Amino acid sequence: MKNKMTVVEGSYAVAHSVKVCKPNVISAYPITPQTHIVEDLSQFVADGEIDCEYMNVESEFSAISALIGASAVGARTYSSTTSQGLALMHEALFNASGMRLPIVMTVVNRALSAPINIWNDQQDSISQRDTGWIQLYAEDVQESADMTPQIFKLAEDKDVLLPAMSCMDGFILSHVYEPVILLEQDLTDEFLPQFEPEFILDPANPMSFGAFADPTTYTEFRYRQEEAMGVALKKIETLANEFNDIYGRYYGGLVDGYMLDDAEIVVMAMGSVIGTVKDTIDMLRKDGVSVGLLKVRSFRPFPVDAVRKALKNAKIIITLDKNISVGKNEGALCTEVKACLHNTKMRIPVIGFMLGHGGRDIPMGTIVNIVDKAKAAMKTDSFIESGFADLREDL
Amino acid sequence: MKTGTSLLAPGHRGCAGCCDALAGRFLLDALGKDCIVVSPTGCLEVFTTPYPESSWGVPWIHSLFENAAAVASGVEAALKALGRKNNTKVVSIGGDGATLDIGLQAISGAFERGHDLTYVCVDNEAYMNTGVQRSSATPLYANTTTSPSGRESRGNPLHKKNMPAIMAAHGSPYVATASVSYAPDLMKKIKRAAEIEGPTYVHIHAPCCTGWGFDSSKTIEVGRLAVETAMWPMYEMENGEVTKVRKIKDRKPVEEYLKVQKRFKHLFTKDGAREEVKKIQELADWNAKHFGLE
Amino acid sequence: MTLVIKTAVKPGSTIVNKTGAWRSFKPIFDNELCSKCGICAMYCPEGVVYKLESGYYEPDYDFCKGCGICANECPKKAIKMVLEEK
Ligand SMILES: Cc1ncc(C[n+]2csc(CCOP(=O)(O)OP(=O)(O)O)c2C)c(N)n1
Ligand code: SF4
Ligand code: SF4
Ligand code: SF4
Ligand SMILES: [Mg+2]
Repeated sequence: MKNKMTVVEGSYAVAHSVKVCKPNVISAYPITPQTHIVEDLSQFVADGEIDCEYMNVESEFSAISALIGASAVGARTYSSTTSQGLALMHEALFNASGMRLPIVMTVVNRALSAPINIWNDQQDSISQRDTGWIQLYAEDVQESADMTPQIFKLAEDKDVLLPAMSCMDGFILSHVYEPVILLEQDLTDEFLPQFEPEFILDPANPMSFGAFADPTTYTEFRYRQEEAMGVALKKIETLANEFNDIYGRYYGGLVDGYMLDDAEIVVMAMGSVIGTVKDTIDMLRKDGVSVGLLKVRSFRPFPVDAVRKALKNAKIIITLDKNISVGKNEGALCTEVKACLHNTKMRIPVIGFMLGHGGRDIPMGTIVNIVDKAKAAMKTDSFIESGFADLREDL
Repeated sequence: MKTGTSLLAPGHRGCAGCCDALAGRFLLDALGKDCIVVSPTGCLEVFTTPYPESSWGVPWIHSLFENAAAVASGVEAALKALGRKNNTKVVSIGGDGATLDIGLQAISGAFERGHDLTYVCVDNEAYMNTGVQRSSATPLYANTTTSPSGRESRGNPLHKKNMPAIMAAHGSPYVATASVSYAPDLMKKIKRAAEIEGPTYVHIHAPCCTGWGFDSSKTIEVGRLAVETAMWPMYEMENGEVTKVRKIKDRKPVEEYLKVQKRFKHLFTKDGAREEVKKIQELADWNAKHFGLE
Repeated sequence: MTLVIKTAVKPGSTIVNKTGAWRSFKPIFDNELCSKCGICAMYCPEGVVYKLESGYYEPDYDFCKGCGICANECPKKAIKMVLEEK
């Protein structure tokens, strides 16, 4: 019985995907809104449905550290965290990528303290942008579930060997009940090969990991990571297609367009807000507004060429960011998009809007307002500096 | 028989007379080839692995300063998950800073989870790798670069943290203290710790000529004096109980230990710090009495 | 493949680094006085004092840093530290 829909919670769908990917070691520490994923995984272990070592560690820092050790031994490794937990891992994130250990982690995106807030935005993973981890962002529950085997395969690829985050919006995706197709074990076995690293911690071949690099070699370590990101860029596309061949579902590779080809106004975004943007576009199109969407699936590696190509007909670009670089009054996607257009002949204004912080709802009205501003700017041929799109007037 | 006989190869960048190098070599001599070693950041880690070289003849990994125990627990879990645990010993060897200070939480977690691993602390009583700053293993009144003696200071004002007691309180089946100056005893304890199932702990006293201020030829001698004055009690604990101690024949006064080290020089100037020396003597007396060393 | 070898290095490979050059004093072993106890070998921080077939001991000067521990610990005073001639 293939392609059978079941109504489950987003977290369950992802936990189920992790299960069929058969990790050897899972290590995690509970934090809202990631908790349901690790609880579901714990239950799978308790019920003997998954054959792995599940480590109930005393912190996120030890969770990622334990996986560094486990991955170096040759294990397929998985964790999940969010917000404060991800921030606590920060130092070890660099370490995992520098040692080229393909640890996979679901980041259930949540705001960072202070003020403490348990709801969704993407400040947490965006703040780990430069740690050398691959970052993919899912649009809905099915994509989150489907991203899991893709990201294992990507991270563990012999020519990539980089740790990877599969990002899903907290609560909006993690706690929603939706009909989804739970990944089939047989298809996943077909799609995802064994993890077989060339060098592991093994007394039969005693290699050393984590040596001290001085100025004569350190740069090349960084360069090789960048090179591997370049390989990942190509593989993300291939894997999305391979996944489609086996499971029959496709969400775009690096980016995906919606009503894009003839659109003068292009909205760019990552994660669950895509759904609202699509609905808004459907509505605006009926009123004759020439608007389309460019969904960014891969934030690291950043798909510079794919973005340039997709934007070639755009007259104005809107970026939506659930994060802010305080002091720049701009979100990360905005900065990236501006940067990747700069060294080209393309002179397209980019307006950055920050919204949805700390779980603030993003209704279609907010998107409509944003598009209206872009239309006005286009008409008057003026520029709009980036800023918040959903500030309250009364606070 | 020339180079290549020890599992810790020479050519490393440790100071001449280095205590950490001795501890590392004794560790591997005791364990043999079938082990995986995890080192946190510190002298031993840095001087044995200048890329692309490594002194280690066994599989070895360094991740960060504060996470060695967590990494080791992941290594152990992965070996089990992959069906490769067999007799392979998982051992972490780190400095006093990595152990008593910044890495304590990870050690506590790993011991609480009951992994089958051995954690070895090489206690040279300060952060040597960064230039002899104070740690919570620095003894009372010792001069370090962040606890200097001066007009208003007699050096480190705080007592050395009792790490073996902390580890015993975690329910570890085996906790032992050792010294680089008693190699056969040290290796016996490491072997014992590695053979016992569960999380075990060995705390090695390691006099550092560079950090403590004595001639490189005296590393072993100074370590011996620490034991002979009862400044460093040597004992084994099984399931929380002291089961064995190394007896001292003619216990020496602590001055004999303190005087040979520059880090205590300020206690022996003309207007000497008799009170402070007396206090240190009291610590040694307490050790002798508490552990029944005599 | 080269990607991976960059992060894992070969065991025991510090032997390319001959630390004997650091030495300012050199241990000279006098077999006349030696009792073959092996203490010098045990406490050499470099692990480079080796037992010969004769049962006597000899340091590998390629690596000996001249710390003087062997001389200090030798119960028979059979090792002398002499100024290195460069
Ligand atoms: C998070 C972090 N803080 C500080 C440091 C700097 N640091 C590296 S090694 C070290 C001291 C090591 O001391 P210890 O563990 O006693 O080992 P030793 O070098 O004395 O053998 C310090 C402070 C670091 N590497 N990481
Ligand atoms: S400072 Fe001390 S521990 Fe560090 S290498 Fe030198 S002698 Fe060894
Ligand atoms: S320590 Fe002295 S007596 Fe013993 S083997 Fe070495 S040289 Fe000979
Ligand atoms: S002087 Fe030091 S390094 Fe040289 S052989 Fe003796 S103990 Fe070893
Ligand atoms: Mg230290």
